[in-house]
Amino acid sequence: MDVIFFYGALILYVVGTLAYLLLLWIKGGPLAQLGTAATVGGFALHTLALLARLIAAGRPPLGNTYEALSFFAWATVLVYLGLELRFRRKVIGAFVLPIVLLTALAAASVPKGSAVLSPAFRNTWVWLHVTFVLLGSAALALTCGVGLMYLLQERQLKSKSLGVIYYRLPSLDFLDGLGHRALLVGFPLLTAGLITGAIQSQAARGQILMWDPTQLLSLVTWVIYAGLLQARLTAGWRGRKAALLAILGFSAVLATFLGVSVLLGRPHTFN
Amino acid sequence: MVILTVGLNHTTAPVEIRERLHLSGTALPPFFERLVQEGGVNERLVLSTCNRVEVYAVTENPEHAQVTIPRLLAEGTRTPLALFEDRLYWHRHDAAVRHAFRVAASLDSLVLGESQILSQVKAAYEVARAQGVTGPILNTLMTRSLGVAKKVRTETGIGEAAVSIPSAAIGLAKTIFGELSGRTVLILGAGEMAEVAVRHLRGEGVQAVVVAHRHFDRAVEMAAQLEGRAVRFDQIHQELLQADIVLSSTAAPHHIVHRADVEELIRLRRNRPLFLIDIAVPRDIDPAVNEIDNVYLYDIDDLEGVVAGHRLAREREAEQAELLIDREVASFLRWLKSLEVVPTLVMLRRHLEEIREAELAKALSRLPGLTPAQQDVVRTLAHGIINKVLHHPTTELKRQSVNRDGLLYVSALRRLFGLQDDD
Repeated sequence: MDVIFFYGALILYVVGTLAYLLLLWIKGGPLAQLGTAATVGGFALHTLALLARLIAAGRPPLGNTYEALSFFAWATVLVYLGLELRFRRKVIGAFVLPIVLLTALAAASVPKGSAVLSPAFRNTWVWLHVTFVLLGSAALALTCGVGLMYLLQERQLKSKSLGVIYYRLPSLDFLDGLGHRALLVGFPLLTAGLITGAIQSQAARGQILMWDPTQLLSLVTWVIYAGLLQARLTAGWRGRKAALLAILGFSAVLATFLGVSVLLGRPHTFN
Repeated sequence: MVILTVGLNHTTAPVEIRERLHLSGTALPPFFERLVQEGGVNERLVLSTCNRVEVYAVTENPEHAQVTIPRLLAEGTRTPLALFEDRLYWHRHDAAVRHAFRVAASLDSLVLGESQILSQVKAAYEVARAQGVTGPILNTLMTRSLGVAKKVRTETGIGEAAVSIPSAAIGLAKTIFGELSGRTVLILGAGEMAEVAVRHLRGEGVQAVVVAHRHFDRAVEMAAQLEGRAVRFDQIHQELLQADIVLSSTAAPHHIVHRADVEELIRLRRNRPLFLIDIAVPRDIDPAVNEIDNVYLYDIDDLEGVVAGHRLAREREAEQAELLIDREVASFLRWLKSLEVVPTLVMLRRHLEEIREAELAKALSRLPGLTPAQQDVVRTLAHGIINKVLHHPTTELKRQSVNRDGLLYVSALRRLFGLQDDD
């Protein structure tokens, strides 16, 4: 049942993403409404999918790769819809929804059974670990999307040839500020995720570092974001360099997430 | 009933002719009056701006109006007809509707997408309405035009990109800084362009204006004019630390701001963005400054390039606006068609006859014992009631339809009986 809801949500995310991307070239009232309607509808179905699984499995839907990817996509849509409500800037959707869509597609491509649960999940800390990491990643996905928008807009201004997209994108000040605020939310969540992960590892296996690729990559990710935050707060970094680093950081998140969990087929906490 | 537009605009007539034909104020009432008396026009309206003079008319006899309106325009403005006759354009029916929509939406303007025309159309309509010279068709045409114009502004980006150099510069500043309220602008040198730009910037809420000039007394003078603060020219490096926007137009023969200066500056500013506008020729600021992160340098050619790009952007948006107007014209013409008397009467009769047939069938099925002769009596009765009921409204509607308010009867009738076109 929950998988049917999820596929429904996936289809609506495809529609929403296409509508938001088209809005970069065409300014259209109906198209903008379609984008929002499809995304809100997709989010509603996605929420039902998560609830259905929560009830059916009798535990939070965070216990395997499919569930983790699905929850991350859901949290990212939540963050995006909050922003759209607050700033009425649908153009952000064109840069965040593709991330959602890709993760949802990745989720669709992995086994979706909820029967098997890793023994690691007997420990309470692991639920906190997964929740923090995934919520943090959703906020960091936003810093990445916004960073990409910043680079595009900055390129337009520097090169002095203003394309169609110049008229759609928000100001550099807005983008930089939003990226910064998303980092201020995402980084503490990511840090909390790593700390709870370490506690869980200590409790379950008697040592903090298992030296598996996921752990190492998440440390790299954390160092990148810590460096970015440090540079922003103390060295006054902003603009292009901060945007580049935010994109690099999120690439590391994706590498940790998709690269290790899906491509190598050796999910770290799940076996 | 035909909608007719006649007029001339910036593309067909030079300003010397347009200004002579300007029609407003006290000249309007006698003009409107003669349009009825001599032109046989039912509804009329005059749109007279610095770029166009246009008469909108609704008439039964367009051929007659087509001859009379130019003559009345000539007499009303005391301008020889020969001076402007061959500059007039004519639009009839759907072309007139499309023209009205395009004018209000600023697709026919000298500066594509400018917003002033909307209020000018509104004012022209209010004047005509106040004098009671419009009727149901022009009233609807004008309210629709205003609606279409607003729709074009919100659904396309036709009015968004700035098409003058000062407003283009402000657009760029807003793309860098977002809101401009509370920002500081530093003026280096003097010049009319700088003054215009500062007035625009003040309108956007820019707080502090600082003026520096080689001759300090000139700086003081300008600062007083712009309600700013004057500084000595050798202090500009301190001021550059604070400023967000710098407008440079000195008469210096060489660069006064160098790349190394700005690199140092941006470090001290902790990467706070800086927007430099160099409108001096020869240029005041080393072009290489643009390569520094968080610094944006535009010279006069760059700004002209931006304006040209913005014009192209407006033209792209105008293509979308034309599509929107196509749809609106079609919808208006459907409404117009619904006002025709004869089709409405045919529809009313058909509607009543359908009711009669249905009720007759019901009644006759409940009276199985009737002889054919008795059935005929019942049929004749029903038929007679319909004809008697229809007789007076039909003649009255035909009589009223030639009057100015006749169309109101048609639309009221359609609404009361729920009559709708089949298509």
